[in-house]
Amino acid sequence: MSKVTRRRFLRGVLNGGAVTVGLPLLNCFLNENGSALASGMPVPQRFGTWSWGLGMSEPVFVPKRTGRGFDLPEEIAALAPVQQHINLYTNFHVFRDDAPNLCHHSGWVVLRSGTAPMSRENRPGETLDVTIARKLGNATRFRSLSATATGDVRDSFSYEGGNSVNAPEWSPLRFYERLFGAGFQDPNAGSFTPDPKVMVRKSVLSAVREDAKALEKNLGAEDRARLDQYFTGLRDLERRFDLQLTRPEPREACVVVDPPPQLPAGLDADLVSRRHRMLGELMLMAVACDQTRVFNMFYASAFSATTRPGYDKPHHTATHEEAVDPALGYQPNTSWFTRRAMEEWAWFVEAMASFREGDGTLLDNTFVYATTDQSYAKIHAIEGIPMFSAGSAGGRVRTGLHLDGGGTPGCRLGLTAQRLMGVDIDSWGTKSNTTASEIGEILV
Amino acid sequence: MALALRAGQHSHRAGAQLKSALVLFTALLVGCNGGSESPVPEDPSAQRARLLTADQYRNSIAAVFGDDIADSVLSPMPPLSRTAGLRANGAAEVGLTSDQLSQIQRSAAAVAAKVVDPAHRDFLLPCRPADANAADAVCAERFLREAGRLLQRRPLADERLAALVDGAGRAAAQTDDFYTGLALALEAVLISPEFLFIADRSEPDPERPGARRLDGYALASRLSFFLWNGPPDDALLAAAASGELHSEEGLRLAVERMLASSRLEAGTRAFFDDMLAFDAFDSLAKDPMVYPRVTGATLAQAREQTLRTIVDHVLVRDLDYRDLFTTRRTFLSPALAVVYGLPVEPGWTPHEFSEDSPRIGLLTQVSYLAAHSHAVRSSPTQRGKALREEFLCQVVPDPPPNVDFSTLEENEHAKTARERLDAHNSNPACAGCHLVTDPMGLALEHFDGAGQYRATENGAEIDTAGELDGALYDGVEGLARALRNHPKLPGCLVNRVYAWGTGGPASPVHDRNTLAWLEDRFAAEGYRLRGLFEALATSPAFRTVRPAEEAVKLDHGPGPTAPARISEAQLALRDTGVTR
Repeated sequence: MSKVTRRRFLRGVLNGGAVTVGLPLLNCFLNENGSALASGMPVPQRFGTWSWGLGMSEPVFVPKRTGRGFDLPEEIAALAPVQQHINLYTNFHVFRDDAPNLCHHSGWVVLRSGTAPMSRENRPGETLDVTIARKLGNATRFRSLSATATGDVRDSFSYEGGNSVNAPEWSPLRFYERLFGAGFQDPNAGSFTPDPKVMVRKSVLSAVREDAKALEKNLGAEDRARLDQYFTGLRDLERRFDLQLTRPEPREACVVVDPPPQLPAGLDADLVSRRHRMLGELMLMAVACDQTRVFNMFYASAFSATTRPGYDKPHHTATHEEAVDPALGYQPNTSWFTRRAMEEWAWFVEAMASFREGDGTLLDNTFVYATTDQSYAKIHAIEGIPMFSAGSAGGRVRTGLHLDGGGTPGCRLGLTAQRLMGVDIDSWGTKSNTTASEIGEILV
Repeated sequence: MALALRAGQHSHRAGAQLKSALVLFTALLVGCNGGSESPVPEDPSAQRARLLTADQYRNSIAAVFGDDIADSVLSPMPPLSRTAGLRANGAAEVGLTSDQLSQIQRSAAAVAAKVVDPAHRDFLLPCRPADANAADAVCAERFLREAGRLLQRRPLADERLAALVDGAGRAAAQTDDFYTGLALALEAVLISPEFLFIADRSEPDPERPGARRLDGYALASRLSFFLWNGPPDDALLAAAASGELHSEEGLRLAVERMLASSRLEAGTRAFFDDMLAFDAFDSLAKDPMVYPRVTGATLAQAREQTLRTIVDHVLVRDLDYRDLFTTRRTFLSPALAVVYGLPVEPGWTPHEFSEDSPRIGLLTQVSYLAAHSHAVRSSPTQRGKALREEFLCQVVPDPPPNVDFSTLEENEHAKTARERLDAHNSNPACAGCHLVTDPMGLALEHFDGAGQYRATENGAEIDTAGELDGALYDGVEGLARALRNHPKLPGCLVNRVYAWGTGGPASPVHDRNTLAWLEDRFAAEGYRLRGLFEALATSPAFRTVRPAEEAVKLDHGPGPTAPARISEAQLALRDTGVTR
């Protein structure tokens, strides 16, 4: 993949839509060493997740060497341009104990929630992005944002609880309107006039709260719990109205771009890639404009149905039905799908690195946690499920490493991520997934 | 259920065991058949609070403010998990995240701004303010009282209305604009839980001491979301206010009027769109290299074709529901005519396939065939699985996780799907499930992954013979008739209609008598959908409720908790390891 410069990236933003922006931007807003905004506010920390489907072909995915300067076997060769920005974690396990092995489900649920699900509709606990968003998400317009390149609103690895899934944005145009339509305050706009309507909005919320209280008396226990969630939502709305009355800090890399075109539905790999990049660009611009500090990008679903032109089996079908090529030692078409996923992962990391913030980049102030649903999808294996991270979380994480987990819980990375983001926990996970052991090798 | 059958068992036996497990489970789901003489059961339905679905949100805005405003705003309601065969059932348990509520707030602001904009205000507001740049409590109250009543489906309490009028006044004063103030008050109505949740408010039932019935307004809402998939109109709210809905005659008249209303079509379409899992079309696409004639627009029209066929059959002609699976009548658009290989006529036109056509009933329409296929090829397994789950309310389980797929690997000699799938049948662990899905799907193999007819597959003859629960057939027409005459077909529809009407999954424990009685009524009236709608809408179960606490305790106790089980399988339906 060719180098994406920031200027080129911006030109490519949103399908070649014209971007009129002078670069370099707004250096005056940063202090001398670039670690803080001119106002003295520190550059915010961000947390993101990224997901791909159906694991890996181990013989051509797992590097032979660990540590720095690890080799890039052919299935992950696309990661070369971003190798210094990422870590690869292999031979970490997820444990289901007495829970069933729910194909394409148990793996991601454990890595995101720390607990093995008991059934397919069971979503235990909450996902770690939700936990982290409680910590990081209160100062921005959106507590967190999610987007899926599958175009299917049902694809999400983020939930607050069993029945409360954070629905992803699936249409670039819709996402654009949500981000930059009504309610967007350009942090770099010269003037700031608080909208008088916001004050009134805030005051009418108390009347709405009275409605909810009246309704509560008529409900059973489960419905009351849902109404409690509604109250939480109202408090959150109130906080967000307060934010709208506050002048936003200028953001160097924030550029309001043109709206993207509509994309057709479909899961052809090229189309998915296009959708991923359009949504990814919008997502990162939302982060750069400090509209959110927590984000979930979803490249492919657990049962990834991405198709390859000229090949009659979608990705998931191929993992099960394609024979292992005896000469190659892996399933060639299945591997093709994983390679496409790695190209997209590399693109996403590189895109983050193209946003300048102070003397570093957006990527430097972010920690991204990337997971999948199986290790070897052909047999629904979850042992040795591979993971990545990207970014150095403000210089606190070493990158460019390949780590061998030695069969320890994969939840260690989730624990590490949460502590990095300021979540005060001693351990994370349940049963055999419980861990109090961070992945110390990556910590500075 | 021990369905992950181990290798080593004889495949035929494995299939038979699985089938009996399936049938037993279905009996639990659909309820036992009571005697036709049975009296009308008086078991109450579950009391719930369900969130408006995306469609219901849209329809509510449209009913009060018109289609143009409804269509200018994206519905902010969360996606729902398909539960017990219906997405709408998910509305009874879905949570409202903070993120979703902020989206609802944004949509509320957009709707309110439109309602008061210069293009709409004179039409949608009952009055003009004395001064457009100042508060006007009288005009604001007139508007908010009526809009609040229609949106929240019951009159606003006095103190609530006063608070809104006061809010509108303060906002008007702050912004020097009456309309801005009014819009902000309307926003509050649109994010109120009274609007967003359809809550089954209840009161003591004077006819049955100790029991509870829906209050008049809650009954009006239940009726209108059942039959119209939208909010009650003015007349229905008036019937609720006067107490008419609590009298047998008043209820009968209201239901009669609703069944005669043109809004019944919207409700019926929404129900079948949900039951047939047509939400799949929102993200369905076919590989353009393999199926160049089947674009996204064609697929959208295929969905419409089936809905038109159903509306014509069950509403316009008022025919036997079961005959939907054997009818030759349908409607075609120009793009669909190409896919069906027929002469093109402009617009949507009625069409009747000839008696010797392979197109017979819903199973042979492009919507069903394409939705249950891969992007690049057909899938007998998906088609068979959908047939069992959508029309017979049966559950086809996930494949076992440790399944050995090696027999399925590329077989250069396999030309047809049947040959490829034979691999399953030689492996007992696979055969168990595939024997209950594949024979139905294989009968549809003359239709490719986009629903187009093909005489052969890769130059080989296509063998479409098979069996559906004891009914043998040698082709698609036989399958259509076997499904049409399947004893579980009517009961499954009754189960789904009951859930749709009462706002959540039917309980195999509490609702069994009602379901059995409805099934008898359905049969006695010649399987007419209108008759079923009327029977449910006027039944004691529909207007009386069992308090939620009780329902929670009993339904989640030990024993077969059908809703959870079903939803598990239904979620799995999307794309399980049953891949062909």
